[in-house]
Amino acid sequence: MSQFTLNLIVVGASFALYIGIAIWARAGTTSDFYTASRGVNPIVNGAATAADWMSAASFISMAGLIAFVGYGNSSFLMGWTGGYVLLALLLAPYLRKFGRFTVPEFIGDRFYSQGARIVAVICLLVISITYVIGQMTGAGVAFSRFLEVQNTTGLFIASAVVFIYAVLGGMKGITYTQLAQYCVLITAYTIPAVFISMQLTNNPLPPLGLFSTHAESGLPLLTKLDQVLMELGFHDYTGLHTTKLNMVLFTMSLMIGTAGLPHVIIRFFTVPKVADARKSAGWALIFIALLYLTAPAVGAMAKLNIITTIYPDGTAAEPIRYDERPDWMRSWEQTGLLAFEDKNNDGRIQYYNDRSEDFAAIAEARGWEGNEVVTFNQDILVLANPEIAQLPPWVLALIAAGGLAAALSTAAGLLLAISSAISHDLLKSVLMPKITDKQELMAARISMAFAIGLATYLGLNPPGFAAQVVALAFGLAAATLFPALMMGIFSKKMNTAGAVSGMLVGLIATVLYIFTYLGWFFIPGTNMLDNTPDNWLFGISPLSFGTIGAILNFATAYIVMKLTADPPEHIQELVESIRVPRGAAGAVDH
Amino acid sequence: MSADKSPAAYWAANVRIILICLVIWALVSFGFAILLRPVLAMLPITIGGVDLGFWFAQQGSILTFIVLIFYYTWYMNRLDREFGVDEE
Repeated sequence: MSQFTLNLIVVGASFALYIGIAIWARAGTTSDFYTASRGVNPIVNGAATAADWMSAASFISMAGLIAFVGYGNSSFLMGWTGGYVLLALLLAPYLRKFGRFTVPEFIGDRFYSQGARIVAVICLLVISITYVIGQMTGAGVAFSRFLEVQNTTGLFIASAVVFIYAVLGGMKGITYTQLAQYCVLITAYTIPAVFISMQLTNNPLPPLGLFSTHAESGLPLLTKLDQVLMELGFHDYTGLHTTKLNMVLFTMSLMIGTAGLPHVIIRFFTVPKVADARKSAGWALIFIALLYLTAPAVGAMAKLNIITTIYPDGTAAEPIRYDERPDWMRSWEQTGLLAFEDKNNDGRIQYYNDRSEDFAAIAEARGWEGNEVVTFNQDILVLANPEIAQLPPWVLALIAAGGLAAALSTAAGLLLAISSAISHDLLKSVLMPKITDKQELMAARISMAFAIGLATYLGLNPPGFAAQVVALAFGLAAATLFPALMMGIFSKKMNTAGAVSGMLVGLIATVLYIFTYLGWFFIPGTNMLDNTPDNWLFGISPLSFGTIGAILNFATAYIVMKLTADPPEHIQELVESIRVPRGAAGAVDH
Repeated sequence: MSADKSPAAYWAANVRIILICLVIWALVSFGFAILLRPVLAMLPITIGGVDLGFWFAQQGSILTFIVLIFYYTWYMNRLDREFGVDEE
């Protein structure tokens, strides 16, 4: 059976499963559609949250992201997991007790203002729409690479599948497909990782393999990796090569950004009790950690594996001849993710850091005229792993299904956040308050269809800035929604004026700072200052600015609150009631 | 534990345990993994050939986060019952 047929069967089977679940978990009421009627088991919700959270980027790119930078990019690992501590301690239990359907609804009710609600809706839409573009393009790429269909066709198939379970089942359908998608993606991620760990370290558990002995050299794996990298002029893997300030601020931005992402927060509305919301965050983190503890191991091991493949007799000896390169390199060259150029015409592949001034003399002495691995896409470390480890073809098919599961599960969560903000926050509460539950359910389905259409359009015509935009999504979630939610719970005296001015200051400051260095609306050439560390305010990278935006939000809100009147008595009572778990079941009914 | 079973006392106890957990949260990530890494490196402990700070950055902090959430959940369930605000 050819690889293509096998990919088709495995991906087709996973899609049939998702559609089957969709038919079983149809939504009958708005409560079903928005929150799965708050009947989701906390452990199931944990797995669904993990799939919701782990996107195509986590699945395909994260191992490479860490492998190419090393220690410095540990920020992604800590930031994207540490946010769950904030969710469990500061937000999830109280928002579950509040017992409504959307994030803007909490902000609108708590700050007794439709204006606050609309500002929150705007933040939510900007965050979620930018985020969903990446998922749709990711799904399109996965389709075209593994199923040999046109990118466009792939995207339409992906949208059609999401349409079936998201429009039919709402949160209920999404929750149980996300559970299935989690199982698919974690299996797909772990199997090749176990094999590569066995091959390099004889340890079947990748996270332990990362810190054990490299079987071939007898050195600790990371020592060996540091060694070969430095012998080729790269910086060492375990050292610090950014500033501590930016590493702290970036980690913090990712943490509070994670805690402020609406599509993650709404998952905690689906569990029956406040205690379940706390527990569910813990389970979500366990399920996420299974992948996040494996990813750095996969990254480091695949990197070492590739270097030792190119230099089979050690970095001091000559690298392999181009026409003797392994088959997996040949097949990935065809995708354009990997490319070689024989700059010195010696028929061999020299891979080294040609930008290192210290290494230039060595390179010249060896007759090297530049790094000959001219394209080395970080995604290869995960995608080509089964071939590098010479695993059977069904493992590659599983990777295809896993990548699609990661992209589709996150897309569905985002689409629900978008459509519920439109149907519940804009239509039901502002524009057409008189519609019945049945009409609102229909409006929710139509908004969902509309959101899928928009996401498909953006996936087909991705704005050139899709990658940088993710920084904007995290920065905004950190600078707007997280502080507003937290103050709404922890400060009884926080009022409309404080919350709204805080959100606006956080929003404007973050957007301005990012646009100053990355260009207005990310249009190249429109940036007012070059994006280099010398130009950054106090050396703070635009990627790390979310933390500063959040601090500005908190400070502004506090000062404005002190200057304006206290919130009315019934709002202060509302805050007191969300602080205690008792009565959460009663809060379900509107 | 104090005899005061008022909502204010419950909230004060909750805020206290949150602060304790967040101090540990910050210590393992911003502390051990980043700012205090050079200090930890002076200890004669290495994991897999690298200093302890690197392990905290890649694994230790994540494992601590999991423990923190489950500890907080367990602690709050007990606190909820003690103050009579648990859900049946």
